[in-house]
Amino acid sequence: MAMTSDTPSSSFRLSMLIYDTRYRSITIQIVFLFLITMGFWWLVDNTLVNLAEKGKDIDFSFLGARAGYDINQRLVDYSSDSIHATAWLVGLLNTIVLAVVACISATVIGVIAGVLRLSNNWIVSKLMSIYVEMFRNVPLLLWIIVFFAVLTEVTPAPNAFRGENPTASMLFGDAVAITNRGTYLPAPLFDRSLGQIDIGVAHLSSNYLVILAVIIGSIMGYRALQRRATVVQEATGLRPTTWWKSALILIAPIVVVLMAMGFHLEYATLQGFNFSGGGYIRNSYIAMWLALTFYTGAFIAENVRAGILAISSGQSEAAFALGLRPNRTMNLVILPQALRVIIPPLISQYLNITKNTSLALAVGYMDLRATLGGITLNQTGRELECMMLLMLTYLVLSLMISGAMNIYNNSVKLKER
Amino acid sequence: MSDTHSNTAAYVRDTMLPQKAPPSSQVGAVRWVRENLFSGPLNTTLTVLGVLAVYYLVANMGPWLRNSIWNANSLSECREILAGASGACWGVIKDRWHQLLFGFYPQDAYWRPVLTFVLMIVAAAPILFEQVPRKLLWFSAIFPGVAFFILWGGSVWFPVFVMMGFVVGYAAYIALQRVSGLVATIGALAVPVIWWVFLAGPIGDLFATIIPIELPHIASDEFGGFMISIIIGVTGIALSLPLGILLALGRQSDMPLVKWICVGFIEFIRGVPLITLLFTASLLLNYFLPPGTSFDIVLRVIIMVTLFAAAYMAEVVRGGFAALPRGQYEAADSLGLDYWKAQRLILLPQALKISIPGIVNTFIGLFKDTTLVVFIGILDPIGLSTAIRADSDWNGLFWELYAFIALCFFIFCYGMSRYSQYLEGKLKTDHR
Repeated sequence: MAMTSDTPSSSFRLSMLIYDTRYRSITIQIVFLFLITMGFWWLVDNTLVNLAEKGKDIDFSFLGARAGYDINQRLVDYSSDSIHATAWLVGLLNTIVLAVVACISATVIGVIAGVLRLSNNWIVSKLMSIYVEMFRNVPLLLWIIVFFAVLTEVTPAPNAFRGENPTASMLFGDAVAITNRGTYLPAPLFDRSLGQIDIGVAHLSSNYLVILAVIIGSIMGYRALQRRATVVQEATGLRPTTWWKSALILIAPIVVVLMAMGFHLEYATLQGFNFSGGGYIRNSYIAMWLALTFYTGAFIAENVRAGILAISSGQSEAAFALGLRPNRTMNLVILPQALRVIIPPLISQYLNITKNTSLALAVGYMDLRATLGGITLNQTGRELECMMLLMLTYLVLSLMISGAMNIYNNSVKLKER
Repeated sequence: MSDTHSNTAAYVRDTMLPQKAPPSSQVGAVRWVRENLFSGPLNTTLTVLGVLAVYYLVANMGPWLRNSIWNANSLSECREILAGASGACWGVIKDRWHQLLFGFYPQDAYWRPVLTFVLMIVAAAPILFEQVPRKLLWFSAIFPGVAFFILWGGSVWFPVFVMMGFVVGYAAYIALQRVSGLVATIGALAVPVIWWVFLAGPIGDLFATIIPIELPHIASDEFGGFMISIIIGVTGIALSLPLGILLALGRQSDMPLVKWICVGFIEFIRGVPLITLLFTASLLLNYFLPPGTSFDIVLRVIIMVTLFAAAYMAEVVRGGFAALPRGQYEAADSLGLDYWKAQRLILLPQALKISIPGIVNTFIGLFKDTTLVVFIGILDPIGLSTAIRADSDWNGLFWELYAFIALCFFIFCYGMSRYSQYLEGKLKTDHR
């Protein structure tokens, strides 16, 4: 019973490019690539023709030219004599400092609101629902403008702090003054400063570098101590007392360094019609920060709530059955599992914050878009180059954030075989 | 035994005691308050703080709302009436509501956006609710052309012949199907393009001269207010979903080239802020197009917003695909369905159902993002609020305007999120 069927002849026919699934995908891809390349080439060709017509070229040398404008918030040395590239860096740092601070505060607000929305306290959970729905359903731009209006129209003018019976007073014992021109804070000063380090485009204060290094060192020491304690606990069953050692490791080095550098605070004082001395934060920054915090906080609250609800109640029941107390149940059982659900959407919220800092345009905060994509673009008239650099910077920033957070996500991810 | 027992005991109750009411602290409002508000020290603290917060809000907002003034033509008039008391001056809304809704659209033509809005609801009804007669879907299909004609005006034949392109494409498909399926597909794609590029314009002009049916033309720069937000938002929503699905399919594809181009596009769009894309639309698009062409700023914005939302949509839909069990793909293959049939009949319906919350969130985000057009000079509600405040009559007033704009956005966005919850409940087939 030899029932061998004829194998189809394997000779290649042209129609097989369309009807044979082995070749069809190649055909489709080639056609697709051809169309994309044509479209892309059409755009590039148009751009070249248009540029030639306007007598322009693509040239990035404007970055080395004198900027000629001031930036009112700068984390590195910058003056109107600096070059456009430095202005770009200043804007980038302003964007980053806003994004980082807003990410931290939005996470705090979001976690609190998300947990409280699940609380069985009726008033609190309803208040949190109102907060979340109110912020989620109204555009961020409107919130930015509203917060800016509150700061500039409702807060007192600096001269309200003057006189025998001032209508406004400073908070925290003459330390903080919230005015319609901005908020004045004590500024950190060092009597024995370590000077600055020049890194080419800008100067860095070595004081802060040293402080940062000491803090990182302390935290690493603290973690080493905790690891040792765990090793001892696993070997003997008893955890050695570490609280005073960890307090010493965390606090003593930074206190010693600060005293060695002669750290003290300079308070802002009222002189004439305005405050002078001390530190100063612009209203535009505070408005952006508050708006981003509360807006994104509402989204994070929903992510946190969803994450906690995703953990089945059997998990907490099992933990109680094992005799774990409620706070240990939360820390050891619920949160580690909920984190896996929470972190991926949290990453996109952090990315959203970073991208939404570009709305600073509404309140005149000098971020990346305002320097490179705003004044530099208008002054040099190099729209194409500036927009390309602007998009590239945001793209790199976003990819870096998502890369870093993905590494963290992989470390807490469920390890499956 | 019972006999002896009955003899020894002096008294034995032979009926049940009537049930007593539970203690007063365990029923009704008292129990609810004890359980929900004062169940522990932490909870009590939270309750007190919550009550204080509510009291603070009411104490501050109450007088302001109670002293609302509707009949005033300027802020100074409001202040005169209030005589120093705190109060909301809603006169600005009464005075300028038409600007906030329609921008600088000609006053005598307000019936056009209103009619379009009503027709939009009619067109959306069969898509949103399945109780509505299915035949209305035909109206939904022609609604874009109708809306364009009513809003922008001009000759009726231009949108008619543009819409006709789809009919022509379908006719070509049917006619060429006898030749072969492939030729029919190519024809269905190519014939409409030829129609739009070479034929629709001249034929439209010809008809416009023979049978002139037209509304007065209104240019895009007169559009504004919530009208422009809704135009951009609704068009973006309608276009970004299909584009997003295509991108998600591309990203899932086995063909590496298609896959990587889709990945590159999605990651690029998701990596940059919308504002940079809008600036590209307003500053750079002239560079990318053939010299001499320029097209409408509203259209440019719609394209950019659509591309932006489509990239996010693609990721949401991809999440839905990822949540499908592998067995569904294998079942579709084993039934012998080809790629498009498998997607259309088995995979997409399930993936879309899973991703409804994400899709609607993207829609809401897109609608809120329409406010960013203010940065490229389109007068959306926020841009108009600035313009109204610049008027000497209303200079110095902001809460009332912002509250009104926020309320309008809230109604739209909250409505969308409620609809998504309704849809989720309706499509829920598992019994958990």
